[in-house]
Amino acid sequence: MSSKEDILKKIKQNQPALMTELPDLNLLSSDNPDVFVTYKTVLKNIGGDPVEVANYDEIIHYIKSNYNLKKRIITTIPELSEIGSLDWTNDDPHSLQDVELNILKAHFGVAENSALWVTDDVLGQRVSPFIAQYLAIIVHKKDIIATMHQAYERIGNQEYGFGTFIAGPSKTADIEQSLVLGAHGARGLIVFLLD
Amino acid sequence: MSSEKTIEHSEAAARFNKDVERVNWHDETLWFVREKRDKSAHQILDWELLRETASKIKNNVLSNIHDYLLEFEANAQKNGIIVHWAADAKGHNEIVHSIMAKHDVKQMVKSKSMLTEECHLNDYLAEKGIEVIDSDLGEYIVQLRKEPPSHIVLPAIHLKKEDVSETFHEHLGTEKGNIDPQYLTESARLSLRDTFLTRKVALTGVNFAIAETGEIVVCTNEGNADMGAHLADVHIACMGFEKLIPQRKHLGVFLRLLARSATGQPITTFSSHFKKPRDGKEIHIVIVDNGRSTQLGREDFRNSLKCIRCGACMNTCPVYRRSGGHSYHNAVAGPIGSILAPNLDMSKNADLPFASTLCGSCTNVCPVKIDIHDQLYKWRQVLVKEGHTPTVKTIAMKTMSTVLANPTIFNIAGKSGRFVMKNIPGLVNNKMNKWYDQREMPDVPEESFREWYKKNSREAKAKDNE
Repeated sequence: MSSKEDILKKIKQNQPALMTELPDLNLLSSDNPDVFVTYKTVLKNIGGDPVEVANYDEIIHYIKSNYNLKKRIITTIPELSEIGSLDWTNDDPHSLQDVELNILKAHFGVAENSALWVTDDVLGQRVSPFIAQYLAIIVHKKDIIATMHQAYERIGNQEYGFGTFIAGPSKTADIEQSLVLGAHGARGLIVFLLD
Repeated sequence: MSSEKTIEHSEAAARFNKDVERVNWHDETLWFVREKRDKSAHQILDWELLRETASKIKNNVLSNIHDYLLEFEANAQKNGIIVHWAADAKGHNEIVHSIMAKHDVKQMVKSKSMLTEECHLNDYLAEKGIEVIDSDLGEYIVQLRKEPPSHIVLPAIHLKKEDVSETFHEHLGTEKGNIDPQYLTESARLSLRDTFLTRKVALTGVNFAIAETGEIVVCTNEGNADMGAHLADVHIACMGFEKLIPQRKHLGVFLRLLARSATGQPITTFSSHFKKPRDGKEIHIVIVDNGRSTQLGREDFRNSLKCIRCGACMNTCPVYRRSGGHSYHNAVAGPIGSILAPNLDMSKNADLPFASTLCGSCTNVCPVKIDIHDQLYKWRQVLVKEGHTPTVKTIAMKTMSTVLANPTIFNIAGKSGRFVMKNIPGLVNNKMNKWYDQREMPDVPEESFREWYKKNSREAKAKDNE
């Protein structure tokens, strides 16, 4: 008998005879009255920087005044072609190792934990939000929702090969519980909250 | 490995306790994490309902795991993922090695996976000439020191920055005596970046596997699992079969609970959903049993399979905090480890269910409501019944039960106890008495409660007044 059949046979024998029903998740949907304020507070608490902007020009201006444009900046957003290159999505992912800043756009953000949902279609390359030294993610203010339950309602049956929630910069506290930002991924995260 | 002689928990704990200052520091550090968990949990209005919901989902999984596994496999295969099944640790290690061999690769970068610790994968691959580098910072530190992780979420929690500084000085050539965590982390980042960029095979653990969609979710703060997996040609993800959850929307419940319970964060920095491999690349999932189906058949202990590996029970445990993860001689330490380990090897791990005060704090913080302290108590009964406890303890327990069952003997025992403690204290206050190790014996009362009651009960007083 193969391992699979062996394991499944034993499981069938040993799993509880009485089938337990799944609980109703609708009981959990607690509304947050001010998702936008909560989002910004939580993001700051976990080491990210919220920046409110009215349009893409303001984003371009912000990047120009806060980052060294001589270093490599990439993006998947055509509106930002003035400051970031767009022609890297078919390259070998290893070639992104010298990226200083990556600017992405998230599908939505979650107030309770400040996480942003991104998938293949907005990432350009799966490794792009991890390998860049710094990360900036744009999200529309209207796309901030309260909790993870609403997040998965929104994701629903969305089709993707890879998707991830990003909440703040990469971090570690593995040395004596001292928080250090920039473990292996981005050292800093700016979230542009767009009108 | 099983050939090594294990030191019993109580003995290992005694050694750990020799350095009082360090034990106090360890205790306080973990309690600090527990407090962060409380603060975070209290911000969620329906936290208790959330725990209850998670518990119910996991109960449903346990009662239907056969079908969910088949559903998961079919959907994962539809997504282009290759699924393997391993009955035990050996099978798991062989599968991982065969994938490496097929691609003719001798190096692997690995993110945190307690399952591979359980299976001793690193040792196995080393024997086959394959180099494994652990990329989680805590695991990287303990790997360089040739130690196992001492905590499932905080692998190097037993070490001080001075220890890490010395280890990095020796292996990475960092400045001697520089103990700045920022500097040390940066050095590891640089070294591991090179590792990520040059490895063709990356192995990760799995936090959740979704039957409905065939995808897996991996949670990290560092981004190390993603750095490895997205740069490699082959991603191997290893999971115990209990990692399954029925539907994608159930992630909403578990992702709200996991990081808050573990470290007090609202969520881990990255919660990555792997559904399909990149074009031309491979994702392999290894589904492992290794005793889990046996545990599923033990009615009293099957709930231990609901565990989502947050580590909250360790951070809160007064015994774990003051004995350290290594004293548990098992991949998973602390209260949850102590109810999982006897299932793997009853005789080798017979000491672990006794490494508890049964205070119940573990049960109170568990995000999926596992009755941990009840199971510890039940394991003790099983272990004594099956003859896995030391003779001295068995004799002591049998004597105790004789004494407690017979009022006359109980009386005599009480009297002689009080007499001895009062008149020959050396007979009790010595090294043979484990209770006396770190405590003073109490003052001896003049009489027993029974004697007092005889004099002072309403009946006795009424008699006196007659």
